[in-house]
Amino acid sequence: MKIIVPVKTNPDLQMIRIKNREPILEAVPYKVGDLDKNSVEAALQLQAAVGDTQVVALTIAEGNRKIKDTMKEVLAMGADEAYILSDDALTAADQAGKALALAKAIEKIGGADLIVFAEGSTDNYSGQMGPRVAELLALPEIGYAKKLTVADGKLTAERGMGDLIEVLESSLPAVVTVTSEINEPRIPTLMNIMKAGKKPTTEWTLGDVGLDAAAVAPQKAVLSNLAEEQQRKNVMIEGSAEEQCAALIDALIKDGVLEA
Amino acid sequence: MADILVYSDLLTNAKELAYAGKGFAAALGMGISAAALGPNADADAAELGAYGADRVFVGKDPALEGLQTDVVAEALAQIAKEAGAEYVIIGSTRRGKELAGRLAQKLGAAAVTDAGSVVVEGSDLVASHFSYGGATVAKEKVNTPIKVFAVMPKTFEVGDVVAGAGTVVTPSLSLTPSAVKLVETKPKEGAAVNLDAADRLVCIGRGLAKKEDLPMVESLCAALGAEMGCTKSLCDWEWLSENRLVGLSGTKAKPTLYLSCGISGQVQHTVGIGTSKIIVAINKDDKAPIFAFADYGLVGDIYAVVPALTEALKKK
Repeated sequence: MKIIVPVKTNPDLQMIRIKNREPILEAVPYKVGDLDKNSVEAALQLQAAVGDTQVVALTIAEGNRKIKDTMKEVLAMGADEAYILSDDALTAADQAGKALALAKAIEKIGGADLIVFAEGSTDNYSGQMGPRVAELLALPEIGYAKKLTVADGKLTAERGMGDLIEVLESSLPAVVTVTSEINEPRIPTLMNIMKAGKKPTTEWTLGDVGLDAAAVAPQKAVLSNLAEEQQRKNVMIEGSAEEQCAALIDALIKDGVLEA
Repeated sequence: MADILVYSDLLTNAKELAYAGKGFAAALGMGISAAALGPNADADAAELGAYGADRVFVGKDPALEGLQTDVVAEALAQIAKEAGAEYVIIGSTRRGKELAGRLAQKLGAAAVTDAGSVVVEGSDLVASHFSYGGATVAKEKVNTPIKVFAVMPKTFEVGDVVAGAGTVVTPSLSLTPSAVKLVETKPKEGAAVNLDAADRLVCIGRGLAKKEDLPMVESLCAALGAEMGCTKSLCDWEWLSENRLVGLSGTKAKPTLYLSCGISGQVQHTVGIGTSKIIVAINKDDKAPIFAFADYGLVGDIYAVVPALTEALKKK
């Protein structure tokens, strides 16, 4: 079986500072998205369960100048090889363009039995890529899986939906998106980090997958992207736990949200 | 005349979209349609008309039972074309968010998901959503001929209803059964809880070291007369059921008093608390982002502050 895991690398969210409501992205390193590590781990666990399975990571560079280094973490986790779509036109692309590029890359790789996405990216969390790629490749898709099994050429997934857990089944090939509850991503061992550098990594431009800049041109205009103005009191209450609690209760009574 | 088409798998949410959509349609000189799909479509249609939809497209094709994403996306794509929709506004519920990408792809549309606001600017609707993990809010305008917005439930208020309004339209749908089969549904553990209606809400996060410590927080809830909510981690660990989840893919709470215990303040949670009247945060890390969202911040260990607060409230 072949499993393709499209992953996104994003600026380290803990390192982004805000100045005059603007995010400061200079010198912020990229890392593999937290949620993407869950999708990689899910693929690796299926590989272990099913046997004779190849796990292929796929990513779009999106402005990450050190994408090959960043992707080594996915290889160190255990993915067998990596493909990187690297093209300036893709840096500005929105979900439609990126989904098209991923779909074309998946076709060029030779397709897959299963394509495992995170339910959303860790930075933007739009959740569009899995369903869009499924539609482009005319594949069944199951979203939000928290448990996955593959047996007898079928995919079975469990997901939470309202007050219920749904058990869903699909034929293969299929697309699935996973939530963070599906697993605890492994931390690569030192030996696997050493081995990762030797695993095959292929870099493609848009032209290599049969697309040009116009095909992935952005279809949305970002009018602004600023930190929200907080309309909060931001009062820090200090002292011992007892003093803090007494002061808090007084303040809440004054605000009229607690009875005196 | 171009149209705005609204849909949600949750009727309460669909009513919000119909009501808000009527306002947008009036401002943009468009019509407002709603889609009601699945076995309850007839009953839902009457409500959606009352809440503002001029036309309600009713889809009862057997393939829609179970509301699988691929079939709903196909049905909505066909209805959007029949209605002449320029905007398709759906609820960013769990199903709705999954639907948005597939529907947008079918319509050749760009989409904004998890929108926390949609406003009229000039002759366009623009939508805002969290970006960079919640550090910022991106305001986006969609430039494709058909535009898809998935809007967080409870973003819009509803107002007066007009019973009996809305024309029912039966669209000519051509659907095939879903490629995904629902094998079974199982109940989730945990009693039913409705955080939407909670006037006071105490939320806990990763600061709680173990499940066995939940009674400490339950005591605070009892003393305060509050419901208990949580962040995603606690649902993931199955310490609490998903119907206690506040934030993305959970409840967008609107309590008078919201109190967080051991919550760092990641966007996935804070997106659900912004409309609280008063926000209190307790966290031992004085740099935790949650304090920027708070009216009152208490730096301290929840294992000291929560019992102290419970006692102080009991003595009050």
